[in-house]
Amino acid sequence: MDLIFLQLLTGLAGASTLFLVAAGLTVIFGVTRVVNFSHGSLYMLGAFIAWSLLSRLPREPDYFVLGVLGAAVATAVIGAVLEVVLLRRIYRAPELLQLLATFGVVLVVQDVALWVWGPVDLSLPRPRWLRGAVEIAGLRFPFYDLVLIVVGPAVLGGLLLLFHRTRWGLLVRAATQDRDMVAALGVDQRVLFTSVFALGAGLAGLGGALALPQGSANLNMDLSVIAEAFVVVVVGGMGSLGGAFLAALLIGVLQAFGIALVPKITLVLVFLVMAAVLVVRPHGLLGKPQAMARGEVEALAPIRPAGPALQVLGLVALLAAILAPFVAGPYLLSVLTEAAVAVLFAASLHVMMGPGGMASFGHAAWFGVGAYAAAFAAKGLGAGMAVGLLLAPFAAGALALLVGAFVVRMSGVYLAMLTLAFAQIAWAVAFQWVEVTGGDNGVLGVWPDGWAADKPTMYWLALLLCVGGALVLRRALFAPFGFALRATRDSALRAEAIGLDAHRLRLAAFVLAGAGAGLSGAVFAYAKGSVFPTYMAIPHSVDALVTVLLGGVQTMAGPVVGAVTFTVLQSWLLMGDFWRIKLGLLIIALVLAFPTGIAGAASAVWDRWRGRAA
Amino acid sequence: MSVLVAEGLRKRFGANEAVAGVSLAVEPGEMLALIGPNGAGKSTCFNMLGGQLRPDEGAVRLGGQDVTGMAPRHLAHLGVGRTFQITASFASMTVRENVQTALLAQKRQAWRFWQAADAQHVGLAEGLLARVGMASQAERPAGVLAYGDLKRLELAMALAGDPVLLLMDEPTAGMAPAERAALMALVRGIARDQGVAVLFTEHDMDVVFGQADRVLVLDRGRLIAQGTPEAVRADPRVRAVYLGTAA
Repeated sequence: MDLIFLQLLTGLAGASTLFLVAAGLTVIFGVTRVVNFSHGSLYMLGAFIAWSLLSRLPREPDYFVLGVLGAAVATAVIGAVLEVVLLRRIYRAPELLQLLATFGVVLVVQDVALWVWGPVDLSLPRPRWLRGAVEIAGLRFPFYDLVLIVVGPAVLGGLLLLFHRTRWGLLVRAATQDRDMVAALGVDQRVLFTSVFALGAGLAGLGGALALPQGSANLNMDLSVIAEAFVVVVVGGMGSLGGAFLAALLIGVLQAFGIALVPKITLVLVFLVMAAVLVVRPHGLLGKPQAMARGEVEALAPIRPAGPALQVLGLVALLAAILAPFVAGPYLLSVLTEAAVAVLFAASLHVMMGPGGMASFGHAAWFGVGAYAAAFAAKGLGAGMAVGLLLAPFAAGALALLVGAFVVRMSGVYLAMLTLAFAQIAWAVAFQWVEVTGGDNGVLGVWPDGWAADKPTMYWLALLLCVGGALVLRRALFAPFGFALRATRDSALRAEAIGLDAHRLRLAAFVLAGAGAGLSGAVFAYAKGSVFPTYMAIPHSVDALVTVLLGGVQTMAGPVVGAVTFTVLQSWLLMGDFWRIKLGLLIIALVLAFPTGIAGAASAVWDRWRGRAA
Repeated sequence: MSVLVAEGLRKRFGANEAVAGVSLAVEPGEMLALIGPNGAGKSTCFNMLGGQLRPDEGAVRLGGQDVTGMAPRHLAHLGVGRTFQITASFASMTVRENVQTALLAQKRQAWRFWQAADAQHVGLAEGLLARVGMASQAERPAGVLAYGDLKRLELAMALAGDPVLLLMDEPTAGMAPAERAALMALVRGIARDQGVAVLFTEHDMDVVFGQADRVLVLDRGRLIAQGTPEAVRADPRVRAVYLGTAA
């Protein structure tokens, strides 16, 4: 009985910090319509700054309060700077690029935090008063848990008062309803947006600071908390503070009990609860249907099969790729093998992102599942490479079917958030389930069969499977299936009216994308001889996104061009320390340089050039 | 037998009863216009017939089969062609590919992963485009078409399934007057030649009274008059609704 009660308290306490993060996320989204992927980074910064302040301040309760508030204010200021420097420039950019730019911030902040605070987890020596307990009705309650439990509802109440009792709050609510109308009324939107972003960032920072005494400030907390916050926001209903609070309680308590009772599957449990909620209430517990979340159709140029010039170029490139082992050294050959894998990885993401219109921020999950399936075939079953290569796409595809059944009904940002949350969960499972996956040490010795053991043969095999796989996917996109899929993306209304099942088509694209990524993961596993959780980590998902965007979402050759470019870029520019900051800045620069989308900019240049030629 | 029969359709949004008991029937080859002032419930009515909305009460029958609340994609396979008030086409495809996609969908050939889609049903697609006067624009991207041309493309796509019934919500909205008459004359010809039943809503009274065989007048969710264009035009209740004079 006591144990259950204590777990409940732990859960409620965790729910409070989770609510603070989710509340900030939802407030920012409500006004700016940007899903801030860097929100977890602000939470992390809050924790680090709180550590810096609190470890220098006297260990008294009032200084603790001062330090926590100081961290929240500092994070709010960082948020304001972020809004002015970056976000403000991309409010009119396509949703996907906004998400990507804020992800660039995640990468930059990770390296900045690494540089400033170092790689070691920083925890706070807890003074006696923090460790104390309060006795109520014969039970001893940890004092700090009680503090946290009070903070959640207090902040909720404060926010509701702020939004419903002040002029500023009135403007925020009005802007949430109709941005353009508020602008037309002569309100300075820029100040409003900056202040809202600062508030949201401050809440994240407060959450991070408050979580510090019970854990530590570390470099993994940004992605783990953002995945949880996404789940909370989606379960609660986007834009609903009350919903976020309820969902945070649900998830927080679930996690606390899960960790106590079934530690191994807690994360899976969270995902299942989310799926269950979304089946019953597709817009979340207290959410309303998003007005026109899916309706913003951009005018897209028709997708053409490659012209003769491009086909010849492709053939030449393919021939060069086939002949490469005769001239390339071992290092270049391994880079080329990686490029081949990247081609299929990107091409599979392109299927759902381009023609399917569904941007995934967790595509590495399928890559990783494929890689672990290969590892399982090699080490668990002791089977040959053929079994692993066959098992991988089926395992990834089957899991994609399961996940896709819930997420393909979602529109743009929801899908991005849920795929990221799922990938983070998959990563955490791989990381924690040490008995099966070897945890951080990975699975070693996933070697190809003898006949493919030398580097050139493995390279040719990778080329055959990955480029071949990409060509098969491309074929499907120009087949009736691909047309039908694009039809559902261009106009779901019209697609249904001519008899297409949009949901099933999207699901099929999702599964196809998963299976393709799974195969690429298996090839990678055999080429490297090992499998690690990082294969399915979020930065790897972002690699795929950047690759597709580099090449252009709406061109069929895009993924190939992007994959080769990106692999080369990664091998030379993005190696060594601080690669995250380089990649992050690169992403941000790309988004700022091509706010209408890289593909859009490229086709605009192309049209101008053709106009001149004609 | 009537192609489409609706009986006692009702739909409530909160406190507002948008459609309060509407019954209608459309005969083969008939052009039936559904008119009424803004907010009369035309679009709600239409969306219940087209499967976009499920009625709270009442039934919809297509060729005798109960199709109440059936999803639009199933209705499409039963021969209901649809055009929308705000045009909806596939902007990333050419005009011809739009029609080819509609043909592939209607023939249940969308789940093919191998053969090249743009080589399928080329002749049929071009025939349909010729019928709506869009043959010369077959290779243009649908995303750059003028509004009137989009409306005609929508019609060609709706015809791809050899429909028994065309549901056209404001088919001429946004078109120039001469274009309107031409499009509706085209639809009328298709209705006559192939016995397709056409139910349409329309704001332009010239189109309604020039092209409809029969007119239904909706006001505040109820049918207040129906009959030939002449009879409806003379009906004092209709004049009251439209001109605001006391009945």
